Amino acid sequence: MVRNIDKVIGQDAVVKKGWLVAHKWLLLRRLSQLSILGLFLTGPLFGYWLIKGNMTSSLIMDTVPLSDPFVFIQTLFTGYLPEIAIVTGAVIVTLFYLTVGGRVYCSWVCPINIVTDAADWLRRILKIRTSLSFSRMGRYGLLVISMVLSSITGMLVWELVNPVTMIQRELVFGMGLSWLFIVGIFILDAFVSRRAWCGHLCPMGAFYSLIGQASLLKVNAINRASCNDCMDCFAVCPEPQVIKPALKGHAKSSPVIYSGNCTNCARCIDVCAENVFTIKHRFIN
Amino acid sequence: MNSVTNKSIQSRRRFLENISKAAGGAALFGIGLGLYSQQSKSLPSTAIRPPGVDNESDFLSACVRCGLCVRDCPYDTLKLSRLGEHVALGTPYFDARSIPCEMCEDIPCVKACPTGALDPELTNIDDARMGLAVLIDQEACIAFQGLRCEVCYNVCPVQNKAISINRQRNSRTGKHALFIPVVHSSDCTGCGKCEHACILEEAAIKVLPTKLAKGELGHHYRLGWKEKQKAGESLVTPDLEHKYNLPQGTEYDYEGKGLIQPGSNNSGDHQSRGLVQPEETPFNESALDRLNKGHL
Repeated sequence: MVRNIDKVIGQDAVVKKGWLVAHKWLLLRRLSQLSILGLFLTGPLFGYWLIKGNMTSSLIMDTVPLSDPFVFIQTLFTGYLPEIAIVTGAVIVTLFYLTVGGRVYCSWVCPINIVTDAADWLRRILKIRTSLSFSRMGRYGLLVISMVLSSITGMLVWELVNPVTMIQRELVFGMGLSWLFIVGIFILDAFVSRRAWCGHLCPMGAFYSLIGQASLLKVNAINRASCNDCMDCFAVCPEPQVIKPALKGHAKSSPVIYSGNCTNCARCIDVCAENVFTIKHRFIN
Repeated sequence: MNSVTNKSIQSRRRFLENISKAAGGAALFGIGLGLYSQQSKSLPSTAIRPPGVDNESDFLSACVRCGLCVRDCPYDTLKLSRLGEHVALGTPYFDARSIPCEMCEDIPCVKACPTGALDPELTNIDDARMGLAVLIDQEACIAFQGLRCEVCYNVCPVQNKAISINRQRNSRTGKHALFIPVVHSSDCTGCGKCEHACILEEAAIKVLPTKLAKGELGHHYRLGWKEKQKAGESLVTPDLEHKYNLPQGTEYDYEGKGLIQPGSNNSGDHQSRGLVQPEETPFNESALDRLNKGHL
């Protein structure tokens, strides 16, 4: 079961299913990420205000409010009682991610994912191997710290430095120096530690992981019997630790990837030549 | 059995190590972040908050940096702070010298705010207090040179209330007036139109955050004439009636003894100085009684 690191990940799947099918979910994700960003930009660029604001809080067609629950929770921790609009927005968004998967935010919406995926791709083709690794618990530590600091200082402390909302905001409202954070996260992920930002440090990802614990749609290793141990799914997965219990658990264990850390990016479905994985609701065992 | 326990001990140890590493790293980072957050509370004096912000720290606990106020501002006055600017990251502000607030009657920026960081109870734009205009450079302001300008007075949306013209004597010419603009904090909304319109290279009148612009009188202070007006009468005890006219039987010694009463050698007490009329005297004739009352 030693993985041949010279092998291109997903090669078998490309040969067996064709390039397009073997990249279906990746292409859909990029389409989703870019079109969401595009929707936010049609207003400032072309004057069609389908959606106003940015990803922390917005208004669709001047009627439906959407708000990021992570930022919303921070305002609650400062001790502030917000107006109804943002509460409604946060409830709508939370219900959405409770349905499609908590970290669908990370893999299908957040534009930083394009940067970190690119960094990981570079790592693979240049065969960069570094030994430094952060704890995957680090993000939860930062999540706790950001909430505690919000209530101590009475201000949204994490939002003073949050690279995710900062980059999203400056992409829509005009770029300041936040491009430095884009470069920084790319360097961190490519040359310092694999999947460091999204998989280990980002408290926003940690928050959406918590939503993901209870979310409906889950990746399911439904055909795990036909797994040929090529290890491509482990190699491509941003959170490889979530696969093992479902794919390699004992016969009676559930094939569902329950972990909230799974981003539902579905790259495992793409790269698997044996069609082991699929996306189902969590109650199918 | 032994190897299983060993393994579980090992994995528990690894787990604890992992947790403490994460907690330690996060705590260390948190300390730095906490310190940074205190620093970022300071607002540069050129950055003016949109209408409906009464208190900077309340605002910072409520604003989610969505930019909906910026989008609904019809004059592109508001902008979001970008990384590298000295305003708390992502929060809305404006620079009055480049684009001032036009004081829309329907206040679209406040209506757009989903969190209430811009106070929805602000419904009359004249009640907004974004900052306070201050005629900060009297040396450069040409009104102080005796020239007619009054541009700030004329562009002021709360005209004649927020800025009035105070005429003073021009001591240089001796026969003209100075038309001095005076800002009144009771009515100035801090919209910044005066700063924007100031004809100088660098504005002599500037909008500053209210906290920076306003002094505050000690709370124990009472202005006598105002208290008198409130009470309808003088609040201090009226002066004693003048009693220095020489009373009966009293003489004035020009040699230094002052008032003396012939027949009394006790020249130091009130009676002898004529302050107390002889018939009002509180003193008993009996020396023992005087001693008991403490009057020597």
